[in-house]
Amino acid sequence: MRRTFFIWMSLLVLAVIVSVAGTKYYLRASMRERVIISTTSSLYDTGLLNAIETRFEAEHLIDLNFISVGTGIAIQHAQRGDADIILVHSPTDELRFLTGGTGVNRKIFAYNFFTIVGPETDPAQIRNSTPFQALSKIVESGRNGTAKWVSRGDNSGTHAKEKSLWTDAGFDWKILAKESWYINVGSAMGETLKKGDYFSAYTLADLGTYLKYYNDGLISLKVLVEQQKDLLNVYSAIAVNQTLHPRVNFDGAITLMKFLISNEGQQIIEQYGKDEYGQSLFYPAVQLLKENSDPTIAQWIRDYAFFNGSECPPEYRKGYPELYN
Amino acid sequence: MTTALGNEIVDGLLKALQLIFSGNPTVVEISLRSILISGLATILAFMWGLPVATILGLRKFRGRFLLKGFFNAMLGIPTVALGLILYLFFSNTGPIGFLRLLYDPVGMIIGEAILVTPITVSFTTNAIESVDPEIKDLAKTLGASETEASIAVLKESINGVVLAVTASFNRAIAELGVALMVGGNIAGLTSVLTTVIALETNKGNIELSIALAIILFLIVFALTISMNMIQRRRT
Repeated sequence: MRRTFFIWMSLLVLAVIVSVAGTKYYLRASMRERVIISTTSSLYDTGLLNAIETRFEAEHLIDLNFISVGTGIAIQHAQRGDADIILVHSPTDELRFLTGGTGVNRKIFAYNFFTIVGPETDPAQIRNSTPFQALSKIVESGRNGTAKWVSRGDNSGTHAKEKSLWTDAGFDWKILAKESWYINVGSAMGETLKKGDYFSAYTLADLGTYLKYYNDGLISLKVLVEQQKDLLNVYSAIAVNQTLHPRVNFDGAITLMKFLISNEGQQIIEQYGKDEYGQSLFYPAVQLLKENSDPTIAQWIRDYAFFNGSECPPEYRKGYPELYN
Repeated sequence: MTTALGNEIVDGLLKALQLIFSGNPTVVEISLRSILISGLATILAFMWGLPVATILGLRKFRGRFLLKGFFNAMLGIPTVALGLILYLFFSNTGPIGFLRLLYDPVGMIIGEAILVTPITVSFTTNAIESVDPEIKDLAKTLGASETEASIAVLKESINGVVLAVTASFNRAIAELGVALMVGGNIAGLTSVLTTVIALETNKGNIELSIALAIILFLIVFALTISMNMIQRRRT
């Protein structure tokens, strides 16, 4: 009796080990080194990262595994050591991530603009106003029942931007969030745009995702306020500190970072979307900052996304000094 | 507006069928991965579930009803809740983070196996219990050992076991919570039918989503029907 039980158990344990090891071997046999990238959804949903992945994987023996989430969750993943590198767009959150010690070697690699989009009829009359005027008008129209606002509500970079715009326009978004015209959808950018379209509401979007969804015929919302300093959107890559999370693939992460800021990577960013949408969805930032080719925008980026006059102050750097030549 | 919507559905359906019948590599790859992961998860669940069910169904011991009640209660465990628990365990800072199971097909297999274990155990236990207890005694009087007698009972309850396999596999392939939270929908590695359907719809890849939904439906349907036929032939 006891022997039968023993045989049962050892058979069971053996079977589990064999099947797990077998699958692991089977599924891993073809696999190369992997880098896990937690990324803001805008870079992934627009298809830019697919374009980068194709070229990158042709040159390196590394598989890129993207997890598409918001900036807030990407930083959380990184803090738990579940990602090797993050691609994000929320300077305030990024600084906190760097000072916390988990994030190292930040590099700004692209920028574009946020834009306030809304129904073509523009019930709040925000066309051509400044962002802050526009928000005030939307609140007013919202309160008298003629307009709606859709908020990401997911702690993403765009959501962080939205909250800071409300604050700068003189509103407390926590109070607005309780009002009936303010719809909190808790979704990624593309889904938020589609929900905004469904409700004929205004929302804040990054121009890249907006253009992709508009040109693919998924939404009919129109750009109403755009291309201003207050709506600047800067994307950066940050690696996860290997001292804190020894199992992360730090070298792989830096290889990807170097590719993003290389001439080749920057060219992919500049070209992406030109054929399909008639304009770039994202603009490369490396050369612009190095050579000051467009002083106004370069200065905007420095004002908005630099910490102590640097994209990554020396105390947050770790190895690889060539990143900051 | 209604015609536009109708067109979208009809167009989407046509393009989806095209995708399926032209053997689109993405569609094939995602479908095969789904079947592989859910199939292995079902096998794994049976490896640890069958002995448990046999003991629950045949032995009388203290706490048996409590244990049975536990598995019955777990039948309806919310998949996102299990996904969250597994995420916390598999995460790098979690207790078994060193196994690197997060965002990995093996982690998904284990997660799905845990999810369907209550189905495996409950259904099989019920099937065993419904077998006439005299069969076991008869086998024993004919000189069978305890294990041989258990196997005899299992053979008699094969219809119930088949149902348990079908239900387990169907649950594993059709659920989203664990697949998304443990797998992360990484293209080419952990994306399966349900995660792609859920996320690609938002990216405007409606045709792909419809194609995958049809495949998911066909898999579940075909499996259930063939299992029914097997059962009918036996009785």
